[in-house]
Amino acid sequence: MKTIVYQKSKGLTDAQLSYCPGCTHGIVHKLVSEALVELDVLDKAVGIASVGCSVLSYNFFNCDMVQAAHGRACAVATGIKRARPEAIVFSYQGDGDLASIGIAETIHAANRGENLTVIFINNAIYGMTGGQMAPTTLLGQKTTTSPLGRDSKLHGLPIRIAEIFSEIPRAVFVERVSVHNPRAVRNAKKAILKAFRNQIEARGFSLVEVLSTCPVNWGMTPVEALRWVEQEMMAYYPVKTFRDGDADEKA
Amino acid sequence: MARGKLYFKHEDCKGCALCVEFCPQKILALDKENINPKGYNLIKVLEPERCIACAFCAIMCPDSVITVERVPA
Repeated sequence: MKTIVYQKSKGLTDAQLSYCPGCTHGIVHKLVSEALVELDVLDKAVGIASVGCSVLSYNFFNCDMVQAAHGRACAVATGIKRARPEAIVFSYQGDGDLASIGIAETIHAANRGENLTVIFINNAIYGMTGGQMAPTTLLGQKTTTSPLGRDSKLHGLPIRIAEIFSEIPRAVFVERVSVHNPRAVRNAKKAILKAFRNQIEARGFSLVEVLSTCPVNWGMTPVEALRWVEQEMMAYYPVKTFRDGDADEKA
Repeated sequence: MARGKLYFKHEDCKGCALCVEFCPQKILALDKENINPKGYNLIKVLEPERCIACAFCAIMCPDSVITVERVPA
């Protein structure tokens, strides 16, 4: 008997993804949509698209989508979740959006303990605008705005978002994952499933940081970019569960 | 041992070749002679009979191009 082992997720539309060849945004899109389908919440899911390469993700996810102003995805998500508590609300944000302009909205959403799922794509660069330095750009990494490499004296150190959020008492689940090989993709899916399950069980704020690639702006082939994630990014951004428990309500 | 059969939605493929890299049987390759409407090289299966339906190619494909079917040996 023939059995289908793998096919395109029903949580994605038929639209062709607008991302560059080999960009791991596509892999994370698959994981999020598969999680929504597996948890049977696709019909009540509301996604918040951010600004950046993922701005067009409202065309790709097969659920209700809203596109928020730059960095404001968690503020929009808060409003939707409070008005429609039965909806499963997630934001899908890159590092230019969440770690830079939107860090205030995201931290305060976590601090209030909003019952949301945040998918954070860390590719260490601004992709859509042409490869400028992001808060998450690694030291020494060359970008169009740091042509000699990021210098800690001039630009500060790369921001570790998962570590920052793990210190917020009401962020109940914070994990950093990677998608650089099939095994890592399976672990990333487990984390994303957990982040959505937390929301279904009304446990509070969950954030999953996904180490991702930007082959075009890094100046690498897609395969080289995945190796760079494994060798360089994972050395500075450790892949692990930072927090998994209940909200800490001690004052 | 069960075998696999791969179906490609070639018009969505961008030729990134992540499937080629992660195939443990090393039976996938970029087809340098054929392109899709976007101008990207297609993927070809060199030895279809050696596919083991592990779906690593499909898991790593960012564009959901590949459908994997398991067929009894």
